[in-house]
Amino acid sequence: MNKINSIRKDWSLIETLISEDRKILDIGCGDGGLMEQLENNRNAITHGIELNRDLAANAISRGFNVVHGNAELDLSQYSNNSFDYVILSQTLQAMMKPKDILSELLRIGSNAIVSFPNFGHWKIRLQLLISGKMPVTESLPYTWYDTPNIHFFTIKDFLNLCNEMNIVIEKSIGLSSKGKQFDISESVTGVNFFTHEAIFLLSYKNFEPIKIKSSKKVFAKNSVIAN
Amino acid sequence: MKTKFTTDTKLESEIAYFENINLKLESGDIIDSFKLAFKTYGKLNADKTNTILVCHALTGDQYVTGNNPITGREGWWSRMVGPNKPIDTNKFFVICSNVLGGCAGSTGPKELQNGSDVAYGGNFPSVTIKDMVKAQSLLVESLNIEKLFSVIGGSMGAMQALQWAIDFPDRILNIIHIAGALKHSAQNIAFHEVGRQAIMSDPIWKNGKYFENNEVPERGLSVARMIAHITYLSENAMHRKFGRKLQSRDIISFGFDADFQVESYLRYQGKSFVERFDANSYLYLTRAMDYFDHDETFRKNIEFSHNPNNHLKYLIVSFTSDWLFPTIESKMIVNQLNSLSREVSFLEIDTDKGHDSFLLEEPQLDDVIKGFLTNNFTKIDE
Repeated sequence: MNKINSIRKDWSLIETLISEDRKILDIGCGDGGLMEQLENNRNAITHGIELNRDLAANAISRGFNVVHGNAELDLSQYSNNSFDYVILSQTLQAMMKPKDILSELLRIGSNAIVSFPNFGHWKIRLQLLISGKMPVTESLPYTWYDTPNIHFFTIKDFLNLCNEMNIVIEKSIGLSSKGKQFDISESVTGVNFFTHEAIFLLSYKNFEPIKIKSSKKVFAKNSVIAN
Repeated sequence: MKTKFTTDTKLESEIAYFENINLKLESGDIIDSFKLAFKTYGKLNADKTNTILVCHALTGDQYVTGNNPITGREGWWSRMVGPNKPIDTNKFFVICSNVLGGCAGSTGPKELQNGSDVAYGGNFPSVTIKDMVKAQSLLVESLNIEKLFSVIGGSMGAMQALQWAIDFPDRILNIIHIAGALKHSAQNIAFHEVGRQAIMSDPIWKNGKYFENNEVPERGLSVARMIAHITYLSENAMHRKFGRKLQSRDIISFGFDADFQVESYLRYQGKSFVERFDANSYLYLTRAMDYFDHDETFRKNIEFSHNPNNHLKYLIVSFTSDWLFPTIESKMIVNQLNSLSREVSFLEIDTDKGHDSFLLEEPQLDDVIKGFLTNNFTKIDE
């Protein structure tokens, strides 16, 4: 099968974070573009959720497993750990309760992949500083009164939240506005200035289960009672 | 199992006879012999992988497409099934059989009891959706088809498709479930009950023995149809279609004639229904729908099926204006399948045409059915 070249830069980066033969849930999957790419290039089993009716219909017509629904209401139906990766691409800032969504992603999937536009980018900071008006940029092209993006946050904010929620950042990729790619974990201050778009691979901290040691053999004891 | 096949020229339909088969029904009753009237469209391919079973709704029949000799009109889903249509008969072999208990040639209350010259009437045993599917499975078996590519149905047809997924998952690859539910709701049972009461309180019904005098409880049956027909539409669609427009008059009559177009339309629906449908069949089939209930058992049946069902793909479709089988009912199925990590797709189509939308012009329905079938068929063909 021919490899599909990604039409979106973040999709090809997301692909690099995913290993072969995994089960994936793409939240806000559109007409299934990323799902198709991952099925072809990574031999993935994909599922998707899409809020927009026409996009969902397109994805289903193209043969993908897509549920027309709202991620903020419908994620609860998925069982714990039922996916290897749950992808939320460019949508966290549009969610009513981003924190709840984040914990849902890591409940459903062993890993979550989250990408978002960085509100800490220097162009945005400069626009607000100089013009005193809410910034409008290529990655955030909406006016304040007509935007789906209701929760603005920077890379620093996101890292703090992950820390608070005991979320481990397995990998992180930053993209500059010119498409230059770098590792976010290396230097946080500069990174928060220059990252236009950020992609994170997340997981929960693994806690060792507490083992209770017991010398008494409960089973044997019970069987004595039964006699 | 040996099945005899004949062609009924008057009905323009194939008939399959299952003799001495002792079909045990869910009620415990046994039908020793029965027949199913069915139609097929398209050609079975060499590997026998291209069969689609279409399940009809409450008042449907085996005439999916082409001419229906009973009504003299086009088949009930001719806009969906045919050459180059969404369910493409150039590619797929489509089977549709009249359900057990129906009145278009299959064994039902209208047909003669085995070995006698009297019709069943009210002596026909109670049939359920599960029984209908069991009978269909015997038909598919007798046609030497091991596996169906897809089972598709709307409304009562959707119930059958779901039942196939529960009872015979190893013999199908996917289902398309349109405007259905895990259970028939209290409101739906209530509407059916009003319909049945209309039939049974018609003096001509005579405990189901109206055929003895060659009579038909026309009034009861047409009222039942009129009530049901309202539930198939939506307020918006009715308003759009009829509003308060008057029928063949400029002023109201101050009487009880069909002043309004909507009245005249319903009367016509009732009248034409009587010509093509058997009143006893209507009682039995509405009852079968009422008894359908997988609310508590569906999840369990899918999760702990004794037949492998992991491979199954589900396409669930609902309509925004369908208040008989509202979207929430479809979403319950989707939720349960998702919680079991099954391959399910779901779409709620935006339309004002109500429950009947699946029979009407809905381009998005055409697109998803065509795409779902084509893409999944390419996958098994590879």
